[in-house]
Amino acid sequence: MIPLAFDYARPNSVDEAVAALTSAGDDAKIMAGGQSLMPVLRLRMAEPSLVVDCSRIDEMKGITDNGDSITIGAGETHHSVMNSPVVKEHLPLLAMATATVADPQIRHRGTLGGALAHADPAGDVPTAAAALDATFTIAGPAGRRDVAAKDFFVDYFTTAIGPDEVLVSITFPKLGSGWSAHYEKFNRTAQAWAIVGVAAAVKTEGGTITDARVALTNMGSTPIRATAVEEALKGANSMDAIAKAAESAADGTAPTTDIHADAEYRSHLARVLTKRAVASAAGLG
Amino acid sequence: MTEILETDTALGRPIKRKEDARLLHGQTNWTDNIQLPGTVHMAILRSPYAHAKITNIDVSPALQRPNVVAAFSAKELGDLNGSIPCVWPVVDDIVMPAFPALATDKVRLVGDAVAVVLATDPDHAADALDAIVVDYEPLPAVVHMEDAIKGGTLVHDDAADNICYKYPFQSGQNYDEVKAKADVVVSRRFVNQRLIPAFMEPRAVVAAPMGMSEEITVWSATQIPHILRVLLALVTGVPENNLRVIAPDVGGGFGGKLQLYREEILAVQLARKMGRPIKWNETRSEDMVATHHGRDQIQDIEIAATKDGKILGLKVDLLADMGGYLQIITPGIPILGMFMYPAIYKMDAYDFHCTGVFTNKTPTDAYRGAGRPEATFAIERIVDELAAELNMEPMELRKKNWITHDEFPYTTVAGLTYDTGNYEAATAKAMEMFDYDGLRAEQEQRRASNDPVQLGIGISTFTEMCGLAPSRTLGALKYVAGGWEHATVRLLPTGKVEVVTGTSPHGQGHETAWSQIASSILGVPVEDIEVVHSDTGRAPYGMDTYGSRSLAVGGQAVKAASERLVEKARVIAAHQLECAPGDLEFVGGEFRVKGDPEKAQPLGAVAFEAFTAHNLPDGVEPTLSAEATIDPEDFSYPHGTHLAAMEVDTETGKVKLRKYVCVDDVGVQVNPMIVEGQVHGGLAQGIAQAMFEGASYDEDGQLQTASLADYLIPSAADLPSFDTDTTVTPSTTHPLGTKGVGEAGAIASTPAIMNGIIDALRPLGVTDVTMPAAPMTVWRAIQAAKQGGAA
Repeated sequence: MIPLAFDYARPNSVDEAVAALTSAGDDAKIMAGGQSLMPVLRLRMAEPSLVVDCSRIDEMKGITDNGDSITIGAGETHHSVMNSPVVKEHLPLLAMATATVADPQIRHRGTLGGALAHADPAGDVPTAAAALDATFTIAGPAGRRDVAAKDFFVDYFTTAIGPDEVLVSITFPKLGSGWSAHYEKFNRTAQAWAIVGVAAAVKTEGGTITDARVALTNMGSTPIRATAVEEALKGANSMDAIAKAAESAADGTAPTTDIHADAEYRSHLARVLTKRAVASAAGLG
Repeated sequence: MTEILETDTALGRPIKRKEDARLLHGQTNWTDNIQLPGTVHMAILRSPYAHAKITNIDVSPALQRPNVVAAFSAKELGDLNGSIPCVWPVVDDIVMPAFPALATDKVRLVGDAVAVVLATDPDHAADALDAIVVDYEPLPAVVHMEDAIKGGTLVHDDAADNICYKYPFQSGQNYDEVKAKADVVVSRRFVNQRLIPAFMEPRAVVAAPMGMSEEITVWSATQIPHILRVLLALVTGVPENNLRVIAPDVGGGFGGKLQLYREEILAVQLARKMGRPIKWNETRSEDMVATHHGRDQIQDIEIAATKDGKILGLKVDLLADMGGYLQIITPGIPILGMFMYPAIYKMDAYDFHCTGVFTNKTPTDAYRGAGRPEATFAIERIVDELAAELNMEPMELRKKNWITHDEFPYTTVAGLTYDTGNYEAATAKAMEMFDYDGLRAEQEQRRASNDPVQLGIGISTFTEMCGLAPSRTLGALKYVAGGWEHATVRLLPTGKVEVVTGTSPHGQGHETAWSQIASSILGVPVEDIEVVHSDTGRAPYGMDTYGSRSLAVGGQAVKAASERLVEKARVIAAHQLECAPGDLEFVGGEFRVKGDPEKAQPLGAVAFEAFTAHNLPDGVEPTLSAEATIDPEDFSYPHGTHLAAMEVDTETGKVKLRKYVCVDDVGVQVNPMIVEGQVHGGLAQGIAQAMFEGASYDEDGQLQTASLADYLIPSAADLPSFDTDTTVTPSTTHPLGTKGVGEAGAIASTPAIMNGIIDALRPLGVTDVTMPAAPMTVWRAIQAAKQGGAA
């Protein structure tokens, strides 16, 4: 199928993008790399009157080391994010999760901001952002505002970005020394969406976990922080302790059922994969 | 890796394919690339319901849409709305319902065609579909075969209990008497799930009145231009002599393009009606519902044996899903499989029954192997189950029962006579390559240590019937056509050669292999040989490509025609060299006078002589060509031993194929590189049935796997590097000694994978896993076994 006819704008600045969005009311779609939007348009699951192509806005590019955090332009491709030395050094969890997105062709077109704004709960990058407590900088007619990850993801394919707003950049606090991470993705074929994914980062001191971040992919309508697991992991110093902590991974989640996995199986996977992700992050896997 | 042979001629050399340069560089014409002036584009409105009455269709609003030229429902189409014929009525009392190109009073599957729009561009044609008004009265959908045969809702009013046909077959001794003597009887129900061919190039057709004559030329992405021409003539009423069918380069088929599709009928009829070229190219979404599917059988199978492992008899009872209509050979697919259930094993009794069932789903038909993969899966699975029951090593059980190499030719209990085979040799080679004993030792370790990742070894010792087929046999099976194949070899005045074949490649590499055969006989370089195919105007006689028949049957015809050409040329050469034809030997592309090698005439010089005709011997006609039409005396029987090492993560149910070894015996290999490529592709497809693919319908008859996001086709990243090798036991019924390789990998690999998965999990109490072995399915089987229930 082909998309229904739409108008097309390619602004050169964030302000121009906001102006274009404002002019279309709530009937515009932003395109970054187009890897999620194009299929949606072709299947006519969306029929916008205007597509605002943000792929050539310089302000939405770049990876900056701020000292205690890293800011990544929303328009950076997955390929550049996962291969950035700064990201690999300070945000290995983001690099790992990004490296599991689809295939190399898609990673060369798809963008960090696009994947986050699309907010597919089966997406890998939103889970990493949730685990890392990212801050989202959003521009709109009233200027710019920062939104925390816990407030950014609202529902299936729904974020805090308003219809006349655009995601400009994402800032990730550095976890600091003593932390290590792992992203565990479970899917049926190499390029498929995650059936369940687990992003884990742990801080260890002398073989004991002292702090942990655990977030789940595709266990509800948004990426979910497994806070009970995070608490239970503190003080864990063995596989048994990790496995015990992982038992509560599915608590408070609301996974969907589809032909590949039902809710019960997803919950089981969340527990097994959390155990494995944490163990890998802690160097025990 | 296949051993590279040094040969005197091009035969047997692993040369690179002639086709690949144009394919890889995008320099070819697919059907969708064909642009004719004045073309109108066809789009098809398809039913969203699996089963519904059509109470009204109004196409007129579509006519108001931009660029729309015309719109038709069955009503507007009138007499042009032909019915797709089924050419394999397997029994006399089969129910063969009408299958109109556009549905008339009822739709019977999601994707059933109800109307068409013609527009000057494809996008506006597609856009205008939503203007058509169709009033449906939904009916309950018949989805499951076991429900269907209980009656109730009928897909076709004249098919009581939704039964299309019942096909009984008994051979050998009485099965029940044999069973009564058995120490062990093992019964299983296997589900051989529905698959979607998913070739890379979607279907496409262009039909065009050619203006200067009455001819209508049809370009179609088809495997069967010759059969299509006959069928289109019969269905549309266009005289056959006025129809020319061309299959340009075709991007895969796997049986899915062995078909007369409704879109081809509509294109021809609308081209006649409009007097303009009609073009249609399906979307992937259409392909998933509107291209015929494959497999879909429920297989009840029972095997009887002595306590020391001698197989006595086999009983098979199938439910075979026909779908909502019969496509051209839908009913015959399970019957092709009927012959192969006894496989490589000696036994005394065989009892077969098949019930063809209508459901509100896409019709099934041939898909890579067509009946034979289903049979091979069931027999190889139940042999493993028998081994478990007898507590025997599964390979030892096979060795105890297979036909040994000194017993060929051997007539099986199903009535086929296998000409040759050497199962011992292929198995010994495969087991060595696989490190069978080493992996068994590792398996023991993992079992002993309660490793969460268990290791299983899957075995498949398969054979298949290839080279479809002797025409008399096909006739006896009530198939309407024959199985012969034709070749013409023409020597052109400049010494170049045209080989005209009736086979129709769609990815296999016939141009290369057929050139190698002709080159080996004529002594002409491979690059000087052009293989003409897939155009009824240039290659008028043929039975096309399916059933691993092209080399086994068509290759023979090329061989025979080439040899006849040499004999014709010999007479002219003898005249030129002033000797008797018998005094000449033909070596290296030239005729030499025996004992006087200085006196020689190259074939090219003979060709020019035949062209000028200035000095031909009396009674010899100008030009130099020869024909051969070959009807094989029997099928050919490739075989092989396939071994899979499967790792099963018992915590998640995820299955990993760690190692795959196969040793195939496809007889003489014209081009070992093409053989290897065919094996690799076939393996990927057969492994995919076991691990990834499966068409799934909901209770309303909606296809849930209607896109490639949900219908999982593995990529190279999901499969290991295969270790393939071959043994060579030439066929004795086919003069080249070839057997066929197109389907081998797809047939053999599915049971190897599944046997490996079950082997890994058997200590946990798992005795079966439904295909595809998706992680959740495997995990649930483990959970069920842990709770003491049947998996």
